[in-house]
Amino acid sequence: MPTKIGKYTTRLDTSPSLVSFASVVSKKEGEGPLAPYFDMICDDTSFGEQTWEKAESRMQKDAVSKALQKANLSSSNIDYIFAGDLLNQCISSSYGLRDLGVPFFGLYGACSTMAESLSLASLFVEASLCNTAVAVTSSHFCSAERQFRFPLEYGGSRAPTSQWTVTGSGAAVVGKQVSPPYVKHVCVGTIEDMGIKDINNMGAAMAPAAAATLSRFFEDTVTGPDNYDLVLTGDLGQVGSQLLDELLEREGYTLGKKHNDCGLMIYDRETQDVAAGGSGCGCSASVLCSYICQAIQAGRLRDVLFVATGALMSTTSVQQGESIPGIAHLVHLSSTPHKGGK
Amino acid sequence: MEIFLEYLKTFLVGGAICAVGQVLIDYTKLTPARILVIFVVAGVVLGGLGLYQPLIDFAGAGATVPLTGFGALIAKGTMAAVRTDGLIGAISGGICAAGAGIGAAIIFGLIVALIFKPGDKM
Amino acid sequence: MKLTPKDYQGMADKAAPSTKSYITIPSAFVIGGAICMLGQAIQTLYITMGLERDIASSSTSVTLILLSALLTGLQVYDKIARYGGAGTLVPITGFANAMVSPALEFKSEGLVLGLGVKLFTIAGPVIVYGTAAGFVYGLIIFFFRLY
Repeated sequence: MPTKIGKYTTRLDTSPSLVSFASVVSKKEGEGPLAPYFDMICDDTSFGEQTWEKAESRMQKDAVSKALQKANLSSSNIDYIFAGDLLNQCISSSYGLRDLGVPFFGLYGACSTMAESLSLASLFVEASLCNTAVAVTSSHFCSAERQFRFPLEYGGSRAPTSQWTVTGSGAAVVGKQVSPPYVKHVCVGTIEDMGIKDINNMGAAMAPAAAATLSRFFEDTVTGPDNYDLVLTGDLGQVGSQLLDELLEREGYTLGKKHNDCGLMIYDRETQDVAAGGSGCGCSASVLCSYICQAIQAGRLRDVLFVATGALMSTTSVQQGESIPGIAHLVHLSSTPHKGGK
Repeated sequence: MEIFLEYLKTFLVGGAICAVGQVLIDYTKLTPARILVIFVVAGVVLGGLGLYQPLIDFAGAGATVPLTGFGALIAKGTMAAVRTDGLIGAISGGICAAGAGIGAAIIFGLIVALIFKPGDKM
Repeated sequence: MKLTPKDYQGMADKAAPSTKSYITIPSAFVIGGAICMLGQAIQTLYITMGLERDIASSSTSVTLILLSALLTGLQVYDKIARYGGAGTLVPITGFANAMVSPALEFKSEGLVLGLGVKLFTIAGPVIVYGTAAGFVYGLIIFFFRLY
C-alpha cells in the first residue's frame, strides 16, 4: 500500500516496476546526443500523416505499441492508460489512442505531464487498483508551434531564452515489481507562480515549481541531493536550470553536478540552434523512456529524481496579460526496490 | 557615381528604419504584430505631419519599402481623397491608397497558400 | 527570507542570456537595406519602362509582395528571417510573409475557416490600425480645413 510520508510525498512500498518503456522521436532529436538510445527515429516529421496533429497522434500510438511489444503485452493486458499532450483538449492522446480500447485518463500538465501520468499509473498499481497501467505523453514541434506561437513559414525571430518544442513521445508500462527501474516515491507538485509573464522564458516560469517540489521532497524523505545520482528536471532549459540552482541554494540544497535537464540533454545547443534548450511533454518523456530508464536498468544510475516541469498558461491567458503558473511533479526511480515491501 | 549614391541612400535609410525595428525586438517585449502596427501608425503620423515625404524624396525605396512608407501612403491617400470627396474621403482614402499592397497580399497569399504545401521548420 | 516576485524577476533577468544586439542590429540593417535596394532597382526598372512615378512605386510594392509570397511558399523567407530579424519584418515583404504564412499553414483547417480567416491573423491589425490612423488624420484635416 502507498504510505504518505510528510506532507507531500507518497512512498510506494511495493515499488512498482517500469516493466518496459519506449521512445519515438523525429529528425532533429535523432541528430542530437541521445540518438543511440531512442527506439524509433522517424526522419519524416509528418510521420507519413496529412497534418501535424495526426503526426503527433501517430507518434504517441507508436510509442505505446513499441512499449507493449517490448514487454510482450497486448493492449488487452493493460488496465488503464494515462496520457496527455500539449494540444487543445489533448487531441493527440485521444485520437492516437482511440483504437486501443483501454480505459483512458486524459491528463493536462503541460510539459510536466509525463511525471503526472507516471505518478498516477504507479499509484494505481501500488494501490492494487490494477496490474498494469501505461503512462504516455507526446509533443510535436509543428503542432505546438502553430497552436502557441506562429505559423512555421512565418519569419519570426526567436528570443535567446526561448525553448524548442521536442518532436517526440515516450511511453512507460508500469506493473508489479519485477525488475528495475522501480518507482519508490512520488511527490505531487503545487501550482507556483512567481509572476513571470514572458512567454519566451518558460524556464524562468517553471523553476520555482521545481524548487518547491524538490525541497519538499527532500524535507519529507529527510534526504538531500547527495542521496541521489541524478536530479533530472523536465525541461527548464538553460535559464530555468540556472534559476533552479539559485532557488534551491536559498533553501540550503546544493544541486551542483547532480542536476541535469531533459531540455539540455536532448539537443546539442552549440550546433542545433535551439536557444535555451528543448521543451514540450515529449521532451521529458522521450529522454526518460530512453537514456535514463536504460541507465537505471543497467545499473549505471541507481537513484534518479525525475522532476518534469510544466507551464500552465494558455494563449488566451497570455494575451490577457496573466502571469505564467508553473508546476512540477516528482517521481523517484531506482535500481533497487524498497526492502521487504513486496 | 550618381546611381551608386542613390542606392547608398536607399540602403542607409532602409537599413536604419529596420535597425529601429530590431532595437524594439531586442529591448522591448513587443511582439512582431505590435511592431508592424507601430510602424504603420508611425508612418501615418509622420506622413500626416509632412515629415515623411522629404525622406522619400531623399531615399526613394529606402523610405517607401518599409511599413512606415505604407503608413505614409495611407496619409497621402487620405489627404487626396478628403480634397476631392470631402468627409467620406477620410474613410475611403487610406484603404484606396493601400489597396495595391493589401490586394496583392490577399491575392498572392491565396494563390501561394493554394499551390504550396506547408512544411516543417528545420 | 521569502522571495518576492520582484526579486525573482530580477534573478530571471540576470539568468537570461542577453540578446546579441551587436549581431542582430547590424544584420537587420544590412538585410533590410538590401531589400530596399532591391525595391529601388525594381522601381527604376519600371520607371525606365515608362511607368509614372506613383504607379511605378505601387507596382514595386506589388512585385515585392509577390516575391515574398513565393519565398514564403518555398519556405525560404523564414530562413532569411532567422538572420534578418527586423530587416525582414519591417519591409513590405514582412507584411506579405505575415499574411501568406498563416494562410498556408492553416490550409489544413479548410479553405474558408482555415486559409481565408487566417490570412489576417497576424497582419490584420496592420490594416485595421493603419486604416484607423488614416481616418483620424482625415477627420483632423477635414474639420480643421488643413487640406
